[in-house]
Amino acid sequence: MRKASPGSVRRAFQPWNDPAAQPLVEFRAVTKRFGGVTAVADVSLSLYPREFFALLGPSGCGKTTLMRMLAGFETPDEGQILLDGVDITAVPPHLRPVNMMFQSYALFPHLSVADNIGYGLKREGLPRAEIDRRVAEMLALVKLDGLGKRRPDQLSGGQRQRVALARALAKRPKLLLLDEPMAALDRKLREATQFELMDIQSELGTTFMVVTHDQDEAMTMADRMAVMDHGRLVQIAPPDVIYEAPVSRHVAEFVGDINILKGRVESVNGDLVSVTTPLAGRVELDEEAPALSPGAPVLVGLRPEKIALSHDEPAQAANKVRGEIWDIGYLGDMTMVQVMIGGDDGQLLKVSLTNRSRRIERPFAWEDTVWLSWDVEAGLVLKP
Amino acid sequence: MSGPVSPVKAPGRLVVAVPYLWLGLFFLAPFVMVLRIALSDAATALPPYAPHFEGLAALRDFLAGLDLENFGLIWEDPLYWQSYLYSLRIAALTTLIALAIGYPLAYAMASAPARWRAILLVLVILPFWTSFLIRVYAWIGILRPEGLLDMALAALGLSDQPLRLLNTETAVLIGMVYSYLPFMVLPLYATLEKLDRSLLEAAADLGATPLKAFLTVTLPLSLPGVLAGSALVFIPAIGEFVIPDLLGGPDTTMIGKVLWTEFFSNRDWPLASAVAVVLLVVLVLPLALLQRARLARAGEGGGAA
Repeated sequence: MRKASPGSVRRAFQPWNDPAAQPLVEFRAVTKRFGGVTAVADVSLSLYPREFFALLGPSGCGKTTLMRMLAGFETPDEGQILLDGVDITAVPPHLRPVNMMFQSYALFPHLSVADNIGYGLKREGLPRAEIDRRVAEMLALVKLDGLGKRRPDQLSGGQRQRVALARALAKRPKLLLLDEPMAALDRKLREATQFELMDIQSELGTTFMVVTHDQDEAMTMADRMAVMDHGRLVQIAPPDVIYEAPVSRHVAEFVGDINILKGRVESVNGDLVSVTTPLAGRVELDEEAPALSPGAPVLVGLRPEKIALSHDEPAQAANKVRGEIWDIGYLGDMTMVQVMIGGDDGQLLKVSLTNRSRRIERPFAWEDTVWLSWDVEAGLVLKP
Repeated sequence: MSGPVSPVKAPGRLVVAVPYLWLGLFFLAPFVMVLRIALSDAATALPPYAPHFEGLAALRDFLAGLDLENFGLIWEDPLYWQSYLYSLRIAALTTLIALAIGYPLAYAMASAPARWRAILLVLVILPFWTSFLIRVYAWIGILRPEGLLDMALAALGLSDQPLRLLNTETAVLIGMVYSYLPFMVLPLYATLEKLDRSLLEAAADLGATPLKAFLTVTLPLSLPGVLAGSALVFIPAIGEFVIPDLLGGPDTTMIGKVLWTEFFSNRDWPLASAVAVVLLVVLVLPLALLQRARLARAGEGGGAA
């Protein structure tokens, strides 16, 4: 039987797996230092035409510096940046066919919305009529028809964000950079805008590179994302692969919630790995585990939604462990339960329950003794 | 039934009243007094004008004694309006030169590394720590024939002829620009320093060359600073009389000097007051119009929220 690779989304668009595909952007061993601090360390990365790429990382990880090097506001200390195969490392920002949407939006306060959007077109020296036509087109694209005469301070935050987007798209760049595009929007507006941005991207076919610290944003929108930490790209993969098959404990913990159990490899039998953990006993995992030898210390990662919770001992379960409920957090769509395993000095495991029904016959309560169970496809092996 | 008076309201009104009270006491009242003297006639009396106010009973006689004679004199005698025009010319030139020097200066200060800015700012303000009069006197030492400037030029072998700058319009302009430059630099620096750097990056990102970005973003956004600095230089410059008196010559008679002469040398208080009133009107009217234009612009900007 052929084993399924990790992930839950089937994609038709994956040029990164096509050896013949020509990348639009290439970072070649790019390093940037500020004083003694290395902001970007030896980054190599390819972006493909029409791709929606997200750069995810905590603040200060170097993701903004990486983007600013692409826009031309910073120059790499080492390495090259290629756009369409042409080295643009030394090209000043105003000559690059790349546009950026700034986190602060950076709208010109003394210009009307229409003049803001038309600013780049005017610099190109287009005739007035053509500029007017393109500005109207952009206003329609971001659904701001009729607001062209307003000034930025007469707009709401969401409208300002759209003007910034329209201004950055007006020159029809090959590559659009978006620096924390949703940071200033409230939650509801953010969700709606995310899908709108995806629609606009697929409509225009522009390559988008988004920098964000918000993993939901990155996972919703991106075809592929990179997790960055301390100036390095730790993992580059589609969002579902990053979530289900993180390469390191750091990535696993940064993207989503995860329970980590310490243990030692007991046996490796084909794809079936058995790990002995002090708190949860023997844990069996279905994992392609190269170079795992019995006795080696490993970490078992378990996402909260992959654990089942029951009052009675489950009859058939590959893995199960008893615990006591210490905390219940009701979130509406789901409930987050913290269960202590291995006695009072053991470890708290997070379990999330999807609230599929409005009524439950035997609701869980604080201090209930419960059973946690999960199957062999649930856990993943991480290096300590 | 009378409604209860809110206890908060009375102190609130008082707070608003304070600036009006201030303006009334220290601006309006003196102005009315000056205007009243301007409408009087010079007289050998104490104070040296007539008529004097002698109670409400004689109010009719008092009012009858007031006339516009002094304003008529200012209108007819070319000395006065020529001095006004000359003052306007010197003040305008001073403002333009101060702007031409002050803008690059303020721009350089605002672009300097943050730790340098405080030092540069202190350097701009530093001359104020010495008396204004002494600093203008120092210019006499520099500009006079065989003075420091001539000596320096001769030592460098650039010129052995005295430049003869002292007592010319050039000397007056040098002194004026030197004295008023900080008033131009400070408001300009304040506007340029708070200019959002990302706006310039956005301009560059959209294809603007550094020069184009300056002309389309920095310059228009620094206009409030340009206007404030220009007003701060122009207004005191037009009434200036110490600098033209010390550095200028007989052909650099500014209106402030005329006023001084009428008041102290001729003891013609009414005529001096009339000169002052005209000066005020000449100054206040354009500024009031400017302020109205600015308010209208601000209203247009933040109106429909």
